Amino acid sequence: MSLQNLNTFDPFADTGDDDTQPTNYIHIRIQQRNGRKTLTTVQGVPDEYDLKRILKVLKKDFACNGNIVKDDELGEVIQLQGDQRVKVMEFLTTQLALPKKNIKIHGF
Amino acid sequence: MAEENVDLGFDPTLKKKKKKPTKAVEESGNETTPEVDDVLSGLKKKKKKPAKVDVGGDESSGTPVDELTDALGELKLKKKKKKAVTADDFDKQLEKAGVLDETNVERESSVEPSTQTQYGLSYEELLDRFFTILKENNPELAGERSGTKFRIPPPICQREGSKRTAFANVQEIAEKLQRSPEHLIQYLFAELGTSGSVDGQKRLIIKGRFQPKQLENVLRRYIIEYVTCKTCKSINTQLKKESSNRLFFLVCNSCGSTRSVSSIKTGFQAHVGRRKKV
Ligand SMILES: [Zn+2]
Repeated sequence: MSLQNLNTFDPFADTGDDDTQPTNYIHIRIQQRNGRKTLTTVQGVPDEYDLKRILKVLKKDFACNGNIVKDDELGEVIQLQGDQRVKVMEFLTTQLALPKKNIKIHGF
Repeated sequence: MAEENVDLGFDPTLKKKKKKPTKAVEESGNETTPEVDDVLSGLKKKKKKPAKVDVGGDESSGTPVDELTDALGELKLKKKKKKAVTADDFDKQLEKAGVLDETNVERESSVEPSTQTQYGLSYEELLDRFFTILKENNPELAGERSGTKFRIPPPICQREGSKRTAFANVQEIAEKLQRSPEHLIQYLFAELGTSGSVDGQKRLIIKGRFQPKQLENVLRRYIIEYVTCKTCKSINTQLKKESSNRLFFLVCNSCGSTRSVSSIKTGFQAHVGRRKKV
């Protein structure tokens, strides 16, 4: 016979759903420039990745120009010309094996 | 994205609304469940038929407002009409009764002159009257909780010059969502990576060109993140700021569950304007 009360239960055990809000989100945003032109920014790529190398590959893959901007608070941000949000997302998940739930696409 | 599959209260098709109120008047009590279904089905419909709001043009600004007033007012109008009709009927009946009654009552006085017949209202009429009044004054009590109140009108947007977009019904949408317009606007700006202002007619002027569809997408995400209850999917919720830890909490009015929501962050904003001369 087992007593329910005597079963040990650790209230602080990992329930597995505490990663709903990772603080290290990668934000992919879009901004409108003049006319139909847009700008895609990728913020929060983990430090262990070499942004310069990533940018080089992205520029070649997407056939667009881009650069790296240093922001005081947000670290280094990749800027790409045009709306490259979906492609960047794909690249991050397939090439860099970053979890999809850590990536947030913003914009319209 | 998964978000896009989630149905929200958008309902750009007018037809649903037009059908609704009549139904609502006819069958007052037992329509809570179909109502809920309708909120969802209205949405699915919307997917096939994207909001048909043309940019610019007087008509576009005119019709949606009409839709709204329809959605809100039709109920009342219908009711009033009905009420008027019943009142007329009532008068006629009174007249008839006046003529007939005196003879009738005198004749039937021995039977049973109930107070109702004295005032000329049958039980059904009284019930009808009760529900019309209740619906006019307190629609929530008459089983219309998930009705027009939680139907979110599609965003109306007009071109404001060549570089700006006017989002005409922000105020109204914010009201329907029970959020402060400022909060919604802050989110819109953060998501669209732009800025803007509210003009004299309480329209939101956004820098950049945006289609209604695009605004709707952003609105959809706002609703998922800051309005819907994750537990019961209700959008009858409140946003409360906890003063102790300065976090925002979403409190559901339907089921009472609470969840924390992240504050709106603008994030990185690239400088897109003309370069400053150094
Ligand atoms: Zn709830």
